Amino acid sequence: MIPSQFRICRKIRESSDTYTLELEPINGDAWFPFSSGQFNMLYVFGVGEVPISISGDPAKHQTLVHTARSVGNVTSALLRMRKDDVIGVRGPFGSHWPVEEAIGNDVILVAGGIGLAPLRPVLYSFITHRDKYGRIILLYGARTPEDLLYKKELERWRGRFDLEIKVTVDSATGEWHGNVGVVTTLIPRLQFDPLRTIAMLCGPEVMMRFTIKELQNCGVKNENIFVSMERNMKCGVCLCGHCQFGPKFVCKDGPVFCYDHIKELFGVREI
Amino acid sequence: MRTLEPYLAEHPFFKGLDPAYLKILVGCASNVRFDAGQFILREGEAANNFYIIRHGKVAVEIFSPNRGAVTIQTIGEGDVLGWSWLIPPYHWRFDAKAVEPTRALALDGKCLRTKCEKDHDLGYELLKRFAHIITRRLEATRLQLLDVYGAH
Repeated sequence: MIPSQFRICRKIRESSDTYTLELEPINGDAWFPFSSGQFNMLYVFGVGEVPISISGDPAKHQTLVHTARSVGNVTSALLRMRKDDVIGVRGPFGSHWPVEEAIGNDVILVAGGIGLAPLRPVLYSFITHRDKYGRIILLYGARTPEDLLYKKELERWRGRFDLEIKVTVDSATGEWHGNVGVVTTLIPRLQFDPLRTIAMLCGPEVMMRFTIKELQNCGVKNENIFVSMERNMKCGVCLCGHCQFGPKFVCKDGPVFCYDHIKELFGVREI
Repeated sequence: MRTLEPYLAEHPFFKGLDPAYLKILVGCASNVRFDAGQFILREGEAANNFYIIRHGKVAVEIFSPNRGAVTIQTIGEGDVLGWSWLIPPYHWRFDAKAVEPTRALALDGKCLRTKCEKDHDLGYELLKRFAHIITRRLEATRLQLLDVYGAH
């Protein structure tokens, strides 16, 4: 529960309100391994803590990478910080994406907005162990072309013949020659075998709701759909109850859930 | 020589359609291709066709004096472009432009309207399929309007 101190060693601007921070441990001994989909509590001293998914490569242990968007007091303070500033880190917490279970299957990753950040570690793992998986498809939706995360990396991935990267934006003018429309519209255009496909979804809940419907229409089973849920997390260790999601706690039982296990809770307004 | 009938039969829009209707439709169909940047249809012009996209990408646009051409949606292989040929006053409501070289089947809407008036079963079958597309696009537009990725 005591945060380790990390120094910001690199700050990358992704869009007008979103940055990627690369952190290195101050004492050199604070590194901990993580699994794709897990999150850390980042502590801006004197301001507060905020849960942020880890967006780096699980195989690289030199730095800890987080991508955050400025939406509240803590994230705004976090993203005002500069290189060499120090923050506290607790974690990693929570469940992870079914990277092992997906071996031998085709995989569809569906990301919306900043939801690409928690899915990026999965993609890194898939690329590292490319021969263990069938088709790997990333469907990524953002608000505008300017809001796309990891633009250079997306270009690199699109250049690979063993990845299928489809990007769409909700609105565009001028020079954008890519897709326009919500990310769900990309699904019916895919030709895939639903019986050997694992889907991993991360984005706004309403986006995931419609994405699940599209996947179900295509024949993907509930037990092969995984979602990353977002709730107000405080302690990160299932003590405070802030992130209660029906009988589950997002910080410990989640954030990654098999849709089949939470389908009764998903979309219930009261929770 | 291969006729257009197999292309129509293979397209998702016509999946499961009675072969007798396919024979009627093929009489109204022609193969077309558009270069990148070429307008396929223009707002306000008479809507006398619709297009079954076989390959490529098309942007549906609306022109705004302040913002220029705004892309509302892109459609591609397996999609259908245009339903204004079916609904009076049969004028296009948007522009559509090929974003990349695009191959399509153009179906003569005037010819089809006449055939649908003569054969209401064919008309109903087509209307059901277009209603499905219109519903899906309306759903997508509503989701777009929610601006789910915006700061709330």
